[in-house]
Amino acid sequence: MKKDSRVRIGVYVCHCGGNISEVVDVEEVREFAGLQQDVVLSKDNTHMCSDIGQQLIINDIEEHKLDKVVVAACSPQFQGETFMDALEKAGLSPYVVQMANIREQCAWPHYDNPELATGKAKILLRAAIAKVRFSEPLEKQTMPIGKRVLVIGGGIAGIQASLDLGDAGFEVYLVEKEPSIGGHMAQLSRTFPTEDCSACILSPKMADVPSNKNINLLTYTEINNIEGYIGNFKVNAIKKPRYVDMDKCVACGDCEEVCPVCIPDEFEEGLTTHPAIYTPFDFAVPHRNLIDAEACINLQSNLNACGNCIQACKEDAINFEDEPEEIEFLVDTIIVATGFDIFDPSEKKVYGYDKFENVLTALEMERIIVKAAEGNPIRDLGKRIGFIQCVGSRDEQVGREYCSRVCCMYATKLASLLKHSDSKRDIYIFYTDLRAFGKGFEEYYKRAQNMGVKFVRGRVAEVFGNSNNKKVTLKVEDTLTRQIIESEFDTVVLSVGLGLSKSTDKIAELLRLAKSEDGFLKEAHPKFKPVDTNVAGVFLAGTVQGPKDIPDTVAQAGAASSRAIRLMNQGEYPIEPIVAFVHEEQCDGCELCIESCPLDAISVSAEVAEINEALCLGCGSCIASCPRDALDLHLYTNKQLLEEIKNALEGKKEGESRVLVFADDTCTYRLADSVGTAKLSYTTDSIIIRVPSGSRITPKLMLTAFELGADGIFIGDCEDRTSPFPHSGQVIRENVAKVREILEEEGIKPERLKFVQFVTIMLKGFVNNMNELVDFTKKTGPIPQKKRGKLVKGINKKLFGEVYDKKT
Amino acid sequence: MIKKLKISNKNQEFLAKVEELSGEIITKCDQCGICSGSCPMVPEMDITPSQMMRMVQLGESEVMESKAMWLCASCFACTVRCPRGLDLSRVAEALRQMKLRKAIDHIDIKKLPEDEMERLPQIALISGMRKFTG
Amino acid sequence: MKVPYYPGCTLKTKAKNFETSALAVAKKLGIELIELPRWNCCGTVYSLTDDDLIHHVAPIRNLIRVQEMNKNGLVENDHRLVTLCSMCFNTLKRSNIRVLENSDDLKKINDFMYLEEDYEGNVEVIHFLELIKDIGFEKIRENVTNPLEGLKIAPYYGCMLLRPKEVGIDDPEEPVIQAELLSALGAEVIDNPYKKVCCGSYQTIQDKQVVSNLAYDILMRAKDAGAEAITLSCPLCMFNLDSRQKEIKEEHPYFNEIPVFYFTQLMAIGFGLNEDSYGLDLNYVNPESLLLEKNLIRRNNAK
Repeated sequence: MKKDSRVRIGVYVCHCGGNISEVVDVEEVREFAGLQQDVVLSKDNTHMCSDIGQQLIINDIEEHKLDKVVVAACSPQFQGETFMDALEKAGLSPYVVQMANIREQCAWPHYDNPELATGKAKILLRAAIAKVRFSEPLEKQTMPIGKRVLVIGGGIAGIQASLDLGDAGFEVYLVEKEPSIGGHMAQLSRTFPTEDCSACILSPKMADVPSNKNINLLTYTEINNIEGYIGNFKVNAIKKPRYVDMDKCVACGDCEEVCPVCIPDEFEEGLTTHPAIYTPFDFAVPHRNLIDAEACINLQSNLNACGNCIQACKEDAINFEDEPEEIEFLVDTIIVATGFDIFDPSEKKVYGYDKFENVLTALEMERIIVKAAEGNPIRDLGKRIGFIQCVGSRDEQVGREYCSRVCCMYATKLASLLKHSDSKRDIYIFYTDLRAFGKGFEEYYKRAQNMGVKFVRGRVAEVFGNSNNKKVTLKVEDTLTRQIIESEFDTVVLSVGLGLSKSTDKIAELLRLAKSEDGFLKEAHPKFKPVDTNVAGVFLAGTVQGPKDIPDTVAQAGAASSRAIRLMNQGEYPIEPIVAFVHEEQCDGCELCIESCPLDAISVSAEVAEINEALCLGCGSCIASCPRDALDLHLYTNKQLLEEIKNALEGKKEGESRVLVFADDTCTYRLADSVGTAKLSYTTDSIIIRVPSGSRITPKLMLTAFELGADGIFIGDCEDRTSPFPHSGQVIRENVAKVREILEEEGIKPERLKFVQFVTIMLKGFVNNMNELVDFTKKTGPIPQKKRGKLVKGINKKLFGEVYDKKT
Repeated sequence: MIKKLKISNKNQEFLAKVEELSGEIITKCDQCGICSGSCPMVPEMDITPSQMMRMVQLGESEVMESKAMWLCASCFACTVRCPRGLDLSRVAEALRQMKLRKAIDHIDIKKLPEDEMERLPQIALISGMRKFTG
Repeated sequence: MKVPYYPGCTLKTKAKNFETSALAVAKKLGIELIELPRWNCCGTVYSLTDDDLIHHVAPIRNLIRVQEMNKNGLVENDHRLVTLCSMCFNTLKRSNIRVLENSDDLKKINDFMYLEEDYEGNVEVIHFLELIKDIGFEKIRENVTNPLEGLKIAPYYGCMLLRPKEVGIDDPEEPVIQAELLSALGAEVIDNPYKKVCCGSYQTIQDKQVVSNLAYDILMRAKDAGAEAITLSCPLCMFNLDSRQKEIKEEHPYFNEIPVFYFTQLMAIGFGLNEDSYGLDLNYVNPESLLLEKNLIRRNNAK
């Protein structure tokens, strides 16, 4: 036991019920730790994470006045929070405990070499002690959060989320760019698999929205700008002019009868027309008329051309003086529910959508069926109808590889409905796979087959026109009989896939939301956070996140509102203290760092850099950009990393090779744990150091590591597309390139520095990479000390060149 | 007569060989049939293009006895339409080459009738010889 | 302007009218097509296996000639290579892409042809239709003295001009370049959904029945749509769609033959050029009666 010093560290080595102690000599490690500087006590226990183990720590903190703790046990990703909670209970900051991972990253992968494993455990422990020595006793920080939500998009997802939030007592702004809410669901005829009338089940929900006192419904309004962050989003929206007074209009239709203009009806997918002054559709909410400014000849001619509607309107509701209105408000959280657009079939020229009148999209068919059921048929479909599946889906030729999930079912539904209304129809569905996976789906598919709908397995190659009649010919291989079908059809329906709606792009840009590979907005975690996004306080609901049917959309809307409520109900939200900060005395306001942050979290005022902690994600990319070492990262400070590196490299024997592995928290560290859990063996000559992102490791740190004795450095990070930090891959590549250049200049093989992007399932990949690098360093031999020493000399000039000189 | 297929190691070897020669990952084919629907020569074939792919996938080397691979005109209609991004013309070429490189020519130029030889332009003869002889 | 030009073997004999009409038409447009010195056969087809480098030597050798032409001053800083035959176009362009994407392969080929200078990778292979498009269809219109009015033509592309996508000069499903040209010449363009279906290509030496069946389909489609003539751009397509009408007639005695032109022949007629330039004698199905009927040429071709 040491005398009183400024830092008092307590070390605890866990047996982990044999998992560790069967390989690593726990007693030896415990004794070794006790000899380190600043370590006041060093104990061991069979299960540190148990109540007893935790109580031990809490008691010792009080009794021995410990102010920092090291627990050598399993992975911090496994039990890290347990020990952080324990420290909080003992009245210490949760951030002064450090774990040494001697289970997943030592005892388990090195089960075949207890002696070397014990040696490595000592190194890991010493490095952890060094890191915790310089840890900051940060407080758990929080920011306030209120009860205001913006829901962007008034389709079924937006409507459901708004109602849930409104009912829960939160203030909702529902912004919809069309003149009515309802979205695409309002256009559907029936819904599968129950064949409920879509409008009938949607209408009551739509009607609930304006009557909910907590919802501010803003239709015909578009988002112009959003600034800020969770708890403080400043929204600027533009309400487009309707030219009809909403309070006076009763939608009687008198104006429509006298309007001379005719334009395609968008709700009817262009199959019919309506006048320039119109109601969006017959169950629109709000149920008011509006004027299409571009079509109205009066508005286009400076109010000189017409005025029939003013004359006809008995309520005096027409107002040609109407102007766009700018609306601004603040919200705490945002739900993005901006929905989908269908694939434009003109892109698939072989199907002749542009050429042939009787080739339709599924959405057009929905309207045709609705109109026919109402008694206003708009088209004669004929007897033989063919459905082409996977149009704009599962197709590399149009860049849409994904499956659109709902088309198999909606085609089955449309076919069923068409058979219902005329049983003599001869209906074929041409598919590649029939996906009827949901509740009631298989049964529905069987019922369609019972009705005589024929399912042919083959993807249609081409649609031809006929020279002698208006029919079209489909050419397709029936893969089950290996016949080529080339036959005439009266009508062809293209089962078009769903894609991200075009209007979403602007929202995604404003909020810096990531997109998945399939082009939809990306959820924060595919399994555990399906409605969160990479931006705090912003959630997704509905088809904006990926193609899905109505029940899944409603479920997601409920999930998103629940996540938002959970966040806002706490009144405050925690800020992860892994944020950048500035050593103000070292900063000279050169502004080089501003560009380096992909989230615009750095600004400079009064010649000193400032970090916006709410925007900062803690990737550390900015640190390498500072020639003054003024930038740093909480919980992974420059000093801490330096000490960790130094201690990880001490005690190297003659001829021994040691490789430092900087593993990013999201992917590589997790992967290393998986490798250990799978008991895959790899070389003991590698020491893993945890970092929030590979971009945290600056060129200076890398070169210092080489100087201090590293024979090789391995940086592991996520693949670009799965990384939670934008551009971290790029930053690492740049850093690595700079260091490799310097290594080469000094005659050191640049291959000693390796950068690999991992997917968390690449277990063998991790093992091979580790072994390869160590083998390489062993084969190449040690780096002469003289060369090591030269690496860091004049490092600022090498990295920053003129900039550094200029700013000196 | 319905065929019985018994899978052995030879099947895997055949598939690997065709994949190597063609440079295409044949297991990617999901048998959608667009290639067959697009092929201009399919009315004359004994097996369809997608069937040819299927047989290669399962490693049935009898596919090399088919007429289909010799009827391929290398017109790439299948290639521009395959939703999986596969190039069937390369697979057909690989199968042809596996025969031709064993010095088994598909046609004998000497047996072409004289009037044909007079009419045929060089481009037809050269391309034919490139595709049908080793 | 002077542009390097690759004829290919067939254009010098069985398809001489293709070359003659093209050269004449080009001249009218102010383009001099300078034939590649010491060119060799391109090989006709592009080898589709990955390990077959030797078959790319012949095409690349032609590209080296373009470099030489520039160095010898035969052309001034023009590294384009214009072809007329679609098959030559496809093979040359594909081989070019192959070596530009694989520097190892390029090195091997260059090393192999140690008697030649290295191919540096600057040549751009284009088809004559692309050249015309660059010049602009307005310019074509200006040069038309004998508009092809009343002539209903279905342009035919076949495969080599359009596929695969990285080689094609137009959209592989709905190409329009010939239609634009023919409109500029004053003709009425008939759309034929089989315009991009392969003519059967080299199958013609193995089984002429197969090719004639295919040609029958293609031509009947065009006729059903109202076409009186076909235009195309490849001597093999010409043989399969024109000469093989003999076999079609044997199988379908009531089949009415339909004339097939190289598009440059129609250009020559439209430009009012001398009959020597468009040589109708090499066309199997005699187009004279059709052209006379439309008053596009005079009897005995004295104009």
